[in-house]
Amino acid sequence: MMNSGLASENWNGGGSPYAVGHKKLGMWLFLVSDSLTFGSLLISCMYARTASSNWPTPFPMWPSIAFASLMTFCLLTSSLTMAFAVAASKRGDRAAAVKFILLTILGGVAFLVLHAREWLHLIDEGVRPWSNPWGSPLFGASFFGLTGLHMFHVFSGVVYLGVIALGTRNGKRSHEDVEVCGLYWHFVDLVWMFIFPLIYLMSVSPK
Amino acid sequence: MSSHASTSHSTGHAAPQGFIRKYVFSTDHKVIGIQYIFLGLFSAILGTALSMMMRLRLAWPGSQFPLLEHIFPTGFPGGVMSPEFYLAVLTIHGTIMVFFLLTTVPLSGFGNYILPIQIGARDMAFPVLNMLSYWTTVVALMVLMASMFVEGGAPISGWTAYPPLSALGKIAGPGLGAGQTLWIASIAIFCLASLLTALNFITTTLNMRAAGMSLMRMPLTVWAWFTASTVALLAFPVLLGGGILLLLDRLAGTSFFLASGMVVSGKVMTNSGGSPILWQHLFWFFGHPEVYIIILPGMGITSHIISTFSRKPIFAYKAMVAAIFAIGFIGFIVWGHHMFASGMSPLVGMVFSVLTLTVGVPSAIKVFNWLATLWGGHIRCTASMLYALGFVSFFVTGGVTGLLLAQPAIDVYFHDTYFVVAHFHIIMGLAAVFSIFAALHFWFPKMFGRYMSETLGKVHFWITITGVYSIFIPMHFLGMAGAPRRYAQFTEFAYLSKLQPLTIHISWAAFVVGAAQLILLFNIFRSMRWGKRAPDNAWEATTLEWVIPSPPPHDNFGDMEPVVYRGPYEFSVPGAKADFILQTEQEVEGGE
Ligand code: HEM
Ligand SMILES: [Cu+2]
Repeated sequence: MMNSGLASENWNGGGSPYAVGHKKLGMWLFLVSDSLTFGSLLISCMYARTASSNWPTPFPMWPSIAFASLMTFCLLTSSLTMAFAVAASKRGDRAAAVKFILLTILGGVAFLVLHAREWLHLIDEGVRPWSNPWGSPLFGASFFGLTGLHMFHVFSGVVYLGVIALGTRNGKRSHEDVEVCGLYWHFVDLVWMFIFPLIYLMSVSPK
Repeated sequence: MSSHASTSHSTGHAAPQGFIRKYVFSTDHKVIGIQYIFLGLFSAILGTALSMMMRLRLAWPGSQFPLLEHIFPTGFPGGVMSPEFYLAVLTIHGTIMVFFLLTTVPLSGFGNYILPIQIGARDMAFPVLNMLSYWTTVVALMVLMASMFVEGGAPISGWTAYPPLSALGKIAGPGLGAGQTLWIASIAIFCLASLLTALNFITTTLNMRAAGMSLMRMPLTVWAWFTASTVALLAFPVLLGGGILLLLDRLAGTSFFLASGMVVSGKVMTNSGGSPILWQHLFWFFGHPEVYIIILPGMGITSHIISTFSRKPIFAYKAMVAAIFAIGFIGFIVWGHHMFASGMSPLVGMVFSVLTLTVGVPSAIKVFNWLATLWGGHIRCTASMLYALGFVSFFVTGGVTGLLLAQPAIDVYFHDTYFVVAHFHIIMGLAAVFSIFAALHFWFPKMFGRYMSETLGKVHFWITITGVYSIFIPMHFLGMAGAPRRYAQFTEFAYLSKLQPLTIHISWAAFVVGAAQLILLFNIFRSMRWGKRAPDNAWEATTLEWVIPSPPPHDNFGDMEPVVYRGPYEFSVPGAKADFILQTEQEVEGGE
């Protein structure tokens, strides 16, 4: 048997089989595609790590990991506020939606600032894309490559959120727009949840 | 209220006014489709011209061509093409043909024009994104062309851009400085454009089918474009990722693809830790699916045309759909067959070999079903049909050599010889190009309201198919004799010197084929103005594009709200008044 009512009928044309609009479906597809871009970079970095005998493990629990955990906290909190924003816009409470989107932006910006500090700190310690004081030069290459691409996504997300916040305030953007933007933001978060363990936690210094 | 969301869903939007909005920055899928086709035509002309230059060099290595020296003073010092310039020409030829002709025309070109109409939609799901994707593709092509005019000229690392050559920069040779950087940038831009197009096609197919257009009533062309788009959505981002890393290697000093201990142009390099094999994995994880992105639309087009001109339903429609999917899926797990000679453990080689051979199963299903469709049909031997049959022929000839190459023990000998060149030119180049020819003759009446000339089409077909087989069959023998690919000259090798007449023969055949394409060009431009007028249903076919006027109005269906009542290939139905029934025709009372 086919599954229930609406959905199965829509496979026969004249409607959306997943009961979603174009924008949402399009965003899901984009995220599938983007996850493969990140996937190819993550796998490449792990390939390099596995293939080298001198991969450095330079991060002490304090302060490096604690600091990175704080960054993770900022990003995760921003996902929570984004969920609130989507819920508010669903209720039709535009003012609250805008407020929560602005909080999300705040979380994103905090992440970016902390992350920039982290880059400067590592550069200060002598990490470069082509070398570092501890071992395989690909450590720095992986770190800057992966987190750079991710930061670019966070930055684009902040701009995107800003556009949606503005549009929501003056009524130009629908609930679907807020929701679709939320999908993107959660995805950017999710990617960090792969980068954090693979870059940081797997490189904790053994004391 | 939310004006933004509602406009994209509304039916029957007004046609845009003014030349720029109508023909240049148009959001109409039909205009964009034709724009892609013309972009492909331009690429084909350029790519063919480059291949003719290579054939000159290979057949007559010492001869001087003062005219060419005049045009390319640095490439032809003393009138003889330098080996480096040969490699640059080879790289641009391959890149242009694979990306800007074979990837764009069958999928983005014909798919854009025909897919929305065949599912009963008025446009793509994201018309503005569609326009942006097209113009992004144009930018990619322009960046690629720019690589030829920077210091050092075009890159010499081939369409696969293998490191270390492609990662080292200027020190590694001419064209590997700015030229190579632009090449990678061009491909990265192309990746973006392609994955956005793919996303658009998938959303359109899922969300915008007319009432009654269930999945199993979709024409096989739609299935093929849909699957190819899915493959593109998953393959292009991996090339994009690889491209980012390669750019980092070149511009930021990383060594993802560079191992330690390299000595380049007498200089010891400081890179360490990376692996050129990693690029091969990334590239071919994209590259093998890419060949299916190229060929799947051709399979759909061939099925569609063979059914129409055999006046018979396609044999085993469901098996055809399943085969399309199987090919798309298996395409993702066979990339290692390009790397047998790169140093691969025998076990992994074995696995990739067996997986590769399984592609033969759905491929054979398709071939047998095409033949079964032809069997006993009332065949109408139009030019379009001939090209479709040509596709089948190439798919068989090229597929058989694929099965040989898929075996590691044989491939370590054949790899990087002309045997591989023959394999992929037949199965990818010619098959896809013939599907383009077939599609062009088939849908031209829909696009322009006039037929292309059948006589000119048939003359072009017979010269081209005879010509290309005389090019590529001998190439297998060259490969078996050990002639390596990507060399400007064979005469230096004693063991190949006896085969020089064969090389000369190939070059002559290539010139004939090249010249024969003028017939096609003439046919296209003549028919646009003076071709025989075509009725709306130019071929007495069944699918939705034949319900509407030729050329179709801006919103395709005008006042009509298309509703679909039957499958896509109802030809020669017993008891019906004509030998075809349109998909929009309602069931007769008490029928079936
Ligand atoms: C039964 C089907 C097929 C099999 C078993 C097969 C197998 C192979 C193998 C093993 C190679 C690697 C040869 C080498 O480099 O030493 C190869 C190369 C190639 N194949 Fe196929 N193939 C098949 C179908 C196709 C199709 C349908 C296309 C394109 C539409 C295609 C396009 C190519 C290309 C472009 C290359 C060469 C790439 C390069 O090195 O530049 N093949 N094939
Ligand atoms: Cu392959």
